[in-house]
Amino acid sequence: MARIIAGVTSSHVPAIGAAIDNGKTEEPYWKRIFSGFEKSKEWMAKTKPDVLIVVYNDHASAFSVELIPTFAIGCAAEFPPADEGWGPRPVPVVKGHPELAAHIAQSVILDEFDLTIVNKMEVDHGLTVPLNLLCGTPKEWPCPVIPIAVNVVQYPPPTGHRCYMLGKAIRKAVESYPEDLRVVIFGTGGMSHQISGPRAGLINSKFDKAFLDNLVNNPQKLVRMPHIEYMREAGAEGIELVMWLVMRGALDDKVEEVYRFYTVPASNTAVGHIILENRGKAARKATAKLKRAAARAKQTVRRS
Amino acid sequence: MAQVHHEYDDIPGTFVFDAERSRRGYGINMFCMSLMKEENRKAFKANEAEYLKKFPLTPEQTEAILKRDYNRMLELGGNIYFTAKLGATDGHSFQHLAALMTGMSQEDYAQMMLAGGRPIEGNRSKSDKDKPMATKSKSKTKSKSKTRKGSKRG
Repeated sequence: MARIIAGVTSSHVPAIGAAIDNGKTEEPYWKRIFSGFEKSKEWMAKTKPDVLIVVYNDHASAFSVELIPTFAIGCAAEFPPADEGWGPRPVPVVKGHPELAAHIAQSVILDEFDLTIVNKMEVDHGLTVPLNLLCGTPKEWPCPVIPIAVNVVQYPPPTGHRCYMLGKAIRKAVESYPEDLRVVIFGTGGMSHQISGPRAGLINSKFDKAFLDNLVNNPQKLVRMPHIEYMREAGAEGIELVMWLVMRGALDDKVEEVYRFYTVPASNTAVGHIILENRGKAARKATAKLKRAAARAKQTVRRS
Repeated sequence: MAQVHHEYDDIPGTFVFDAERSRRGYGINMFCMSLMKEENRKAFKANEAEYLKKFPLTPEQTEAILKRDYNRMLELGGNIYFTAKLGATDGHSFQHLAALMTGMSQEDYAQMMLAGGRPIEGNRSKSDKDKPMATKSKSKTKSKSKTRKGSKRG
């Protein structure tokens, strides 16, 4: 059985990608941000997930205003980096996991989450910047990635509750996949930022810190938060934070916080990042399964 | 045309890109999208007014684009992720655009960001400046969540 072992959230500020691509990561301004992800890269290298599910939003790259899917799942074998106006980012092509993606699509649609299926798609900084932050700049990404794109560009995005419930449906889908895969799910975007209109530059650290705390211990409180509160308190574009709730819904009710990082600013945005591990039922089940297998092995030995 | 009032109209200095703005601004956003291609960027730069005729734009929208009035573009249905492509075509950094929309110099804007960004205090609401959401909408949020729970489980 495949299972979700952990969730990660991370901002996906485009300027972070530009800093990597232009070799500025050692400059003091950027070093402050990248140093916050050093431990996370170690965690990723140690955790070695078999598949990543990355919940992100497209920024007028793959989807224009011609087509605006509320939720879309990438089922292709690969997803090339998009040209966002300066040529495609010099990052590896993102390899998909078409078998698991098709299985998830089928399972969640029957669970009443009508995802748009995408068999050809380019991915922009929304997906590749978090991969860089957690995986560095390797020649190939360490494992296949299933992109799940959420519309947060045109109002209204799906509600926090809907996102959270989709996370639960994704988890159910993953756990009904027969292959033993260890899956990590990313929720990306945020935290507080507004990049449009006269109020641009808004940052609300108090809101962000409370959001991080609630994400760990009290997600039900966030699930009930109306869109107006995100936009008012965390900025018009801060509403991206609903995507973090897909990640949270896919985890146990009680999780272990492994790591947290928060800094202001990266360009126009507050950067937030957290790593949560499932230590509950799934972990206990896995341990129980191992014990049973060991007991069976012993019996077999005795019988023979 | 009937004007629908939205709760988010009360957020100061903000143009929420909702379905109505998206409908009205389709031409602006598709024009901006076309700038993803080098040949289109060249054609636009060669004769801006002529190039804009290819898109369904109102005279106000055309004027806002030609004047690079970014706030007006947002007000008339442009979306920031799209209009940023126009800024990039002009060779501007995103921070330049952000500063422009706030009416600050780029230096002052960058300094404000380094100092922790624009504070939320005084920037929550046009009508009711400094009340934080948490205390203001507690009872409202509760009743809303009840109806939402009920309706989503159908």
